[in-house]
Amino acid sequence: MIRYIIRRLIYSIPVLIIASIIVFIVMRKAADPTAALRTNPRISQADIARLRHSLGLDRSGIQQYLAWASHFIRGDWGISVISQHDVKEQIRTALVNSAILGLVGTAFAFVIGVGIGVISSLKQYSKLDNTFTTLAFVGISMPNFWFALLLQLLFGVYLVKWFHLGGSLLPIAGMTEPGSTGFHLVDRARHLALPALVLSVQIIAVYSRYMRASMLEVLHSDFLRTARAKGLRERRVVFRHAMRNAMIPITTQLALDVGAIAAGLIITEQIFQWPGMGPLFIRAIDTGDFPLALAWVMVTVFAVIIFNLVADIMYAVLDPRIRYA
Amino acid sequence: MPDSQSFSVRSDVASATALDTDQHAAGTTAAPPPSAPTGGEIVPGAADRALSTRQLAWRRFRRHKLAMGAAIILIILGLAALFAKFITPYTFKELDLLNAYKGPSAKHWFGTDELGRDEFTRVIYGGRISLSVGLAVAFVAGFVGAIVGGVAGYYGGWIDNVMMRVTDLFLSIPFLVILIIASKALGTSTWDIIIILSLFFWMGDARIVRGVFLSLKEKEFVEAARASGAKDRRIIFYHILPNVTGPIVVNLTLLVAAAILTESALSFLGFGIQPPTPSWGNLLANSQSQVFTAQWLILFPGLFILITVLCVNFLGDGLRDALDPHGKISEAV
Repeated sequence: MIRYIIRRLIYSIPVLIIASIIVFIVMRKAADPTAALRTNPRISQADIARLRHSLGLDRSGIQQYLAWASHFIRGDWGISVISQHDVKEQIRTALVNSAILGLVGTAFAFVIGVGIGVISSLKQYSKLDNTFTTLAFVGISMPNFWFALLLQLLFGVYLVKWFHLGGSLLPIAGMTEPGSTGFHLVDRARHLALPALVLSVQIIAVYSRYMRASMLEVLHSDFLRTARAKGLRERRVVFRHAMRNAMIPITTQLALDVGAIAAGLIITEQIFQWPGMGPLFIRAIDTGDFPLALAWVMVTVFAVIIFNLVADIMYAVLDPRIRYA
Repeated sequence: MPDSQSFSVRSDVASATALDTDQHAAGTTAAPPPSAPTGGEIVPGAADRALSTRQLAWRRFRRHKLAMGAAIILIILGLAALFAKFITPYTFKELDLLNAYKGPSAKHWFGTDELGRDEFTRVIYGGRISLSVGLAVAFVAGFVGAIVGGVAGYYGGWIDNVMMRVTDLFLSIPFLVILIIASKALGTSTWDIIIILSLFFWMGDARIVRGVFLSLKEKEFVEAARASGAKDRRIIFYHILPNVTGPIVVNLTLLVAAAILTESALSFLGFGIQPPTPSWGNLLANSQSQVFTAQWLILFPGLFILITVLCVNFLGDGLRDALDPHGKISEAV
């Protein structure tokens, strides 16, 4: 197992290198961080040339890339070309914020999705099951950014109007109350509510279907008939025997879906102005901040690779029939 | 599952397996009469003559009321987009600054935007962009995916290896991130967006086709064809591919849905179709700042995306029931 993990990690190195080269070429070709300065009449061409020299922009692409790569490996991730902030620091802060939102949203969605799936499978073809099916279709078909806008509309405008509230019931943007310092759990939870809800809609829709399918398969299996024949109570059969086995493929799938969840996270954070990885990336791309964009992609790709590895390991741990060599 | 938005690409796969695990689920909401046989090919006393496979599929599809309704709505939306010029009273660029931010009225059904442009006109023209992006991407990606998947699955070896490695590489980068970077590199015209989406959408399709080819190429009928001297090309396109039409068609439908959702997300973030050309996504991008002032600008474009994608998904569900009623082929995938 250890050898398998090490081999997988070694395989990930070329993926990281290729990803970094692609991003580097695109950033170099498509975005010039000094473009905004050129239109400023108060900055002379000589100043810009000096800035370009100090950023290394006047060197050839290969030289630039190698310089970046050698620094990056040694842990020097550079500073933002635009804001002059430390890249590592920015990414660390954003990553923590994204992780909070991502974990809360995903955990909530997973529990609800699995719950709906179990109920649907136990009452297959009932009215309730059909309702969940239709809702799942709606959840998958709805653009999550539109749902976010509708929520902002509901909480920011309509609820205030209908119930004559002094302010919005739940904050519709940001991570903390403006001007507040320190960490307040209630305040943070209130700011978390709407973004987490938006993030969870698609996960719930998809995972309730996965769980339903997986449960139906298990419910018709021989070992379940054996469990019933032994005289176990129905509740024990469903929760202990069926649900635990049905969860195996679902849990694995969740780790594989981390890339998809990340995409939902980018959009959600952008709309709710959550200071996470999403807005950071969009800002880096928009302004041509290549040290930031490169480090961002490296961290994200590495995270996805790790989660995929975790998925495979989890699969083997949860299901003893699977062995990796 | 992919998606939208990044679920999108995966959600086509996901919905292929998860949404449709059971063929009657969606159909039952439409409550067929209890006596109607579901998915059976033999309808006692219904016909004396034998029906062709295609006729049987059409009959099964017709019975799926939700899918039929969805198809009709999609045809209406398509016609509206096609003949936008004749049904919209304004042009999508026509400014009327004195009438900016007017709510829905008889004159402007969906109200007007910040420049006084008629929102109904812009939504209909936006549909033209969004629908054509969805269809074009599905066709290009479906075509490329079928060929690459077929070749990889049939021949195996290095072609298969290279393809799976490339797919793995792209699966390690969040989908939306790739698309944003690609749009930065290639551009944001409608054609660019179609090319970018197709570039990354064919892989899911290729994987499905590859899976079917892998399982079918060892079957007796392929061996029989080979024994009677058929060339590889004939076996691939004439003997095996027809068996894959069901999953391909269903997957194409889901690709349309995924492409429309992804285009709208990309345009919403500002990396897709650029204004003044309207697409459902960028109409919403402009509306974000107007939560407090012009709610109708948020409501309508999103509603059109939702209805369209929902109908496409229902259509895909109906097509699956019709083309692959016992899940035989999908199971092989």
